[in-house]
Amino acid sequence: MENLSAIQLRDKIAAGQISSVEATTAIFKNIEEREPTIGAYISTYHDSALEKAAEVDKRIAAGQEVGRLAGVPVAVKDNMCTTFGATTCASKILENFHAPYNATAVEKLLSADAVIVGKTNMDEFAMGSSTENSGLKQTVNPWDRSRVPGGSSGGSAAAVVGGLCLAALGSDTGGSIRQPAGFCGVVGLKPTYGRVSRFGLVAYGSSLDQIGPITRTAADAALMMNVIAGHDPADSTSVDEAVAPVCDYLEKLDEPIEKLKIAVVPEFVTGADQQVQKALAEAIDIYKKLGAEVIEITMPHLDYAIAAYYVIATAEASSNLARYDGVHYGHRSENAADYVEVYSKSRAEAFGKEVKRRIMLGTYTLSSGYYDAYYLKALKVRNLIRADFTHAFEKCEAILMPVSPTTAFKIGEKVDDPLTMYLSDIYTIAANLAGVPGISIPCGFDESDLPIGLQILSPAFTEDKLLRIARMYEMQTDWHTRKPSLIN
Amino acid sequence: MSSELQYKVIVGLEIHVQLCTKSKMFCSCAVEFGQPPNSRVCPVCLGMPGVLPVMNKQAVEYAVLAAMALNCEIAEHTKWDRKSYYYPDLPKNYQISQYDLPLSSNGFIEIPLEEGRTKRIGIIRAHLEEDAGKNLHPAGNFSQVDLNRTGTPLLEIVTEPDMSSAAEVRALAVELQRMVRYLSVSEADMQKGHMRFEPNINLVITKDGQEYKTPIVEVKNLNSFRALEKSVNYEIQRQIDEFLETGKTIETGNKSTRGWDDDREVTVLQREKEEAPDYRYFPDPDLVPVEFTNEWLDDIRSRLCELPIERQTRYVNEYKLSDYDAGVLTAERLTSDLFEKIVAKGCDPKRACNLLTQEGLRLAKERNCSVSELGIKAENVAKLANIVEAGDISASASSPIFINMVETKKDPWSIAEELNLIQKSDAGELETIVDQVLTENPKAVDDVKSGGKKNKKAQGFLLGQVMQKTKGQANPKIVSQILAKKLG
Repeated sequence: MENLSAIQLRDKIAAGQISSVEATTAIFKNIEEREPTIGAYISTYHDSALEKAAEVDKRIAAGQEVGRLAGVPVAVKDNMCTTFGATTCASKILENFHAPYNATAVEKLLSADAVIVGKTNMDEFAMGSSTENSGLKQTVNPWDRSRVPGGSSGGSAAAVVGGLCLAALGSDTGGSIRQPAGFCGVVGLKPTYGRVSRFGLVAYGSSLDQIGPITRTAADAALMMNVIAGHDPADSTSVDEAVAPVCDYLEKLDEPIEKLKIAVVPEFVTGADQQVQKALAEAIDIYKKLGAEVIEITMPHLDYAIAAYYVIATAEASSNLARYDGVHYGHRSENAADYVEVYSKSRAEAFGKEVKRRIMLGTYTLSSGYYDAYYLKALKVRNLIRADFTHAFEKCEAILMPVSPTTAFKIGEKVDDPLTMYLSDIYTIAANLAGVPGISIPCGFDESDLPIGLQILSPAFTEDKLLRIARMYEMQTDWHTRKPSLIN
Repeated sequence: MSSELQYKVIVGLEIHVQLCTKSKMFCSCAVEFGQPPNSRVCPVCLGMPGVLPVMNKQAVEYAVLAAMALNCEIAEHTKWDRKSYYYPDLPKNYQISQYDLPLSSNGFIEIPLEEGRTKRIGIIRAHLEEDAGKNLHPAGNFSQVDLNRTGTPLLEIVTEPDMSSAAEVRALAVELQRMVRYLSVSEADMQKGHMRFEPNINLVITKDGQEYKTPIVEVKNLNSFRALEKSVNYEIQRQIDEFLETGKTIETGNKSTRGWDDDREVTVLQREKEEAPDYRYFPDPDLVPVEFTNEWLDDIRSRLCELPIERQTRYVNEYKLSDYDAGVLTAERLTSDLFEKIVAKGCDPKRACNLLTQEGLRLAKERNCSVSELGIKAENVAKLANIVEAGDISASASSPIFINMVETKKDPWSIAEELNLIQKSDAGELETIVDQVLTENPKAVDDVKSGGKKNKKAQGFLLGQVMQKTKGQANPKIVSQILAKKLG
């Protein structure tokens, strides 16, 4: 099980070599053994998972048609609504919230006959880069339990590398799929904004949020994309397939791209850790060996990405999180004397520090008198960054850069210094601002034996190419096959 | 000195009109009044986590149609903004509205004043937004929220401050009601809160040869024409009094918001501008901007109909109806449509008008319905008008025939026959009766022939005698002619 990819397991299940019940049971055995250490899940669904697995086995045995993820145990980040269990966003304010609907991405997993084993831990409302902001529990990095798994989809990344599921869904607003994938040594894909429906994804920064897969291989990411990508009438920002058709991401995955032209942005990556820079250089060499032309470009506005991001994302968040007020659902203070106190006390009691910080930042930047100086300015910067990408992609098919400046840092190391924490997203944020897809794949280990991630960015709606470029590299290396000692 | 006080009234109006779409503005819940609390709600209008709004195209088309009737310029593209404030009847704690790019602006409406005069009132803008729910405050230490109305599409219309009396304000409100009903974009039922008004009122007072403007007062949430008119009149007097007492002007006083106390018929201070809320408007990232193509606008424009004020004017000019009658006929579109059909069948418009505005309205009032709902056929009303016109029945006989027509749906001629209301117009037959009457009343005959003072009275007497003998069935016109011939 540990060495199987989701595709391999699916094929074995389909061929009757292993049943989904056996696979699911094995996953729950792993969960039983390792979860107390890793802490990847907020909730697990043993009974319903085995029920689904048995149903899939039965249908396979009967020769009936099954979905593309038939019998494969997967996990879902706890900010995607499910009709089973709670959807907490790792927040006390939603600790007991049970959604009467499934997120579209979840619905698609279920229709593809995936077995959902649990919902993973995250930074509260996806605000953070270490999963330390979870209001409910701590997740550790399976490679080194004194370190963070990254965030905000830290639970999903840790679950995938920890053998607690075969693949998972994460969400990425500023790097929340790619950075934890990098920290945990797995593959994480943030699709183009609009490629995957956001319906049922609890909003953080609506113009930036995107659901994507965290998997062990690029092929598994392609498989997951085949399941979750596509237009959704319930999400007006999901893109019309007539405008940007969804393709079969697996179909040509193994075909390398000839005369590939990729770019690096040297001046932008000088701030990264030496070992991270070295791993990037080695990755570039591999692409060169594969015949790719590597060019150097400048993207002058990337330096402003973090600043713009923390204005736009927090502005949207301050509005998106206004609904958690204790009036209609979620935590309600027992100490409120009047309705204004229902709001103020419920929110004060149940939101964590980082969430409060971002709500206040966003409220401030949208306030009358500050809107032009902050929010409007940030939108202008965002347009400049978009233009940087447009210009870059006139010269190349993909851009390579690190996922983050460092490998996984120590738990507690940055919690008291939010600005340093924000800087860990320096390389991932621009893709969200520009709406372009980005993937994180394992590209080595540092001296402490911690995984290093390689980030590849490509033009909007070219996930097929992006995955092929990732796959080219993956076929030349074995980083993705390594397992943390915790497993062995 | 103060008795010489001269002043001008300045009123602008904000009007919220509920559009009669099948479903709500951003979800598929039915728009229905008077249903059990919280029975017309879904996760979207309840503002649950992760749900997304989807624009109701019909609402946009209704709004554009109304804006076209208001002679507004329709924006090439428009967008949705979030207006933030906390209130229990607003589950998301923001309202989706339109801020700096309303779908229409810069129009006008002609309002009817006395004696057929009209006045043009400027329209600053008309935009779409979603309605809030309702807070209920039953006895006890709690409140309840009914969210059935939440998300209902509202057209907000803002006029220029062009009205200079409470009567004009009322005229605009009534005209607007008539207009949106003609366009079938709103039921505009005041009892159901389909139209709500917020007048902005101030005065220009001339005192000792100098002009002073009083501070602007906005009266919130008026939902009847009566309250609207009364509150404006109240404010006029209150502002005069306040000015005389305090001397406060627009420069020295604050803009304030007042409520209307319907029982005491006074306005009550709610808040002054200094404490005005900051709504932190920003573009809603969950919705895409709306682009109006020429094709789309042409399609909407093709649904415009003749507006009530245009019809009213036409009835006066073309049919020579009084402005009053034309107003009564055009008050409601279906009644006016019925009138059009009757006239189209070929009859005297004045007679058709009389039948509808006298018999019709009386019956409708009795039955608590509109004239159009009486179920009368245009063809039959036209016939009835023509029968009266031809003298086959008396004008007074049209009343019982009309009533009978409503009840039995029968042809007016057969009703007239059944009720024995056909007038005797056969000159020969009537001559015999006239001769008989003349023989029986020599005194009266003498009076007529003498041509003195008693002439007219005697003529009337003789006519009455003939009518009596014929049980009212003689055509008085013909009888008069015979009498004149015999006595002349």
